[in-house]
Amino acid sequence: MNKTTKKKRVISDKLWLLISLCAALLLWYFLSLGKTTGRSFPFLDKVIPAIQTMIDRGAFWKDIKSSLLCVAAGFGLGFITSLPVAFLMAWYTPIQKIIMPWINFIRNIPALGYAPLMVIIFGVGQKPAIILIWICTFMTMSITIYQGIVNIDATLIKAARVLGANDLAIFFKVICPATVPYIITAVRLGLSAGLTTLLAAESTGAQAGIGMRIRSLANSFDSPPMLMYIILLGIIGLILVKIVDIIERKLTAWQEKI
Amino acid sequence: MAGENLTKLKIDNVYKEYQGRNGKTIALNGVSLDIKENEFICVVGPSGCGKSTLLNIIAGLLEPTSGTVTLDGKVIEGTGVERGVVFQQYALFPWRTVLKNVMFPLEMKKVPKAEAEAIARKYIKSVGLEGFEKSYPKELSGGMKQRVAIARAYAADPEVLLLDEPFGALDAQTRVQLQSELLETWEKEKKTCFFITHDVDEAVILAQRVIIMSARPGRIKKIVDIDIPYPRTQATKTDPRFLELKSEIWNQVYQEFLEVRK
Repeated sequence: MNKTTKKKRVISDKLWLLISLCAALLLWYFLSLGKTTGRSFPFLDKVIPAIQTMIDRGAFWKDIKSSLLCVAAGFGLGFITSLPVAFLMAWYTPIQKIIMPWINFIRNIPALGYAPLMVIIFGVGQKPAIILIWICTFMTMSITIYQGIVNIDATLIKAARVLGANDLAIFFKVICPATVPYIITAVRLGLSAGLTTLLAAESTGAQAGIGMRIRSLANSFDSPPMLMYIILLGIIGLILVKIVDIIERKLTAWQEKI
Repeated sequence: MAGENLTKLKIDNVYKEYQGRNGKTIALNGVSLDIKENEFICVVGPSGCGKSTLLNIIAGLLEPTSGTVTLDGKVIEGTGVERGVVFQQYALFPWRTVLKNVMFPLEMKKVPKAEAEAIARKYIKSVGLEGFEKSYPKELSGGMKQRVAIARAYAADPEVLLLDEPFGALDAQTRVQLQSELLETWEKEKKTCFFITHDVDEAVILAQRVIIMSARPGRIKKIVDIDIPYPRTQATKTDPRFLELKSEIWNQVYQEFLEVRK
């Protein structure tokens, strides 16, 4: 009985997705008919061939590769550095007191604002782009992981201690696993910060990249490939979220969902 | 030769104050108590009387401002596996299965895995959770979680078991059931038990001696011997002697409760 109702819901969830997709396509179609909106929103029949156009121009795969490399490198560096910084902040209050205000300060400045500074220091190309994404993902993730560590249930640490755990065991067997859900949340936020920073990052004189291409196509009012690239950015985001979802399900199945 | 009258745990003039924002608060004002080996002690008192503070000091999670706690003649310092604790909030590790939770203290002792698993399974069975070894805490009810916590405390093989209102968060039926189970376990595998509760019924059915604490600053107000023989069951609760002791203790606790309200 229970099983069938569950199954029914799965189907209708997918159906809803389909309905939502159709509604969006319909809206898009109507926008493409408008005189002014049509210039920004050409319909599928123009956007899909744009992929081939960009492949022929030798840009499509290069752009994707370049952007993914920037996000992966920037995010990777952000992840590796935010973990120890978050733990240090949680462990030593002076470190937290000194670093935290600045993370909060810089975090609220749009990356586009200080992107030129990176160019002045590191020149043009991928290097400043990666560093910019590094900074943004680092700030988001270090704060999230720090919050996770300080919110660990103190009773668990007490329980471990009375059961004979030393400091090392408490760190590896209690604090680390208890922080995993927060680390995954941090990864989620970090990836999204990385993608949103991509446009700013590729404004630093990149030779290729999705963000750089959207800019240059906008300058020549070439909207079908531009729209295609914007949608591509959304699809990459969706795929990354799905990957994080799968990892989350694997690692935190034990977690109580509220 | 484990003499029944041997002092296991000696609490000697323990004084504890907290430095708060509004000056200092005295939580415990000179508490002394001798607890015999394998004795079952219950502590009752109004909230804020320092009973949890006392338990945390015995566990080694808090340090007394002055005074000492000695176990087998040695002054305790910090936590130790010979003093197990069962918390009201269960404190199970949510990322570990029931089996892995109970195995935790054995892992800490570096007991070989196969042996540790056998010991853990034995205690899981003894609290009636056979078949739930692979379950995660989130899949268990409150009563089952506390059973796991008790099994885990037993697996560490402590000499003294400190229980901080362990059944306080459970519904009435589950609480009664767990009381009976705890008594059975204690009679099978004797340990010195130091059990905190605010439930007078619970104290009288479990304990050999009930310690009544006074409102802040916490002091021992009265010690009542519960001269009802074991094994005790739920039927004991209709015994005239049980009712007599219960009302005597209840009156004392109620007076303290009124003190707090003043």
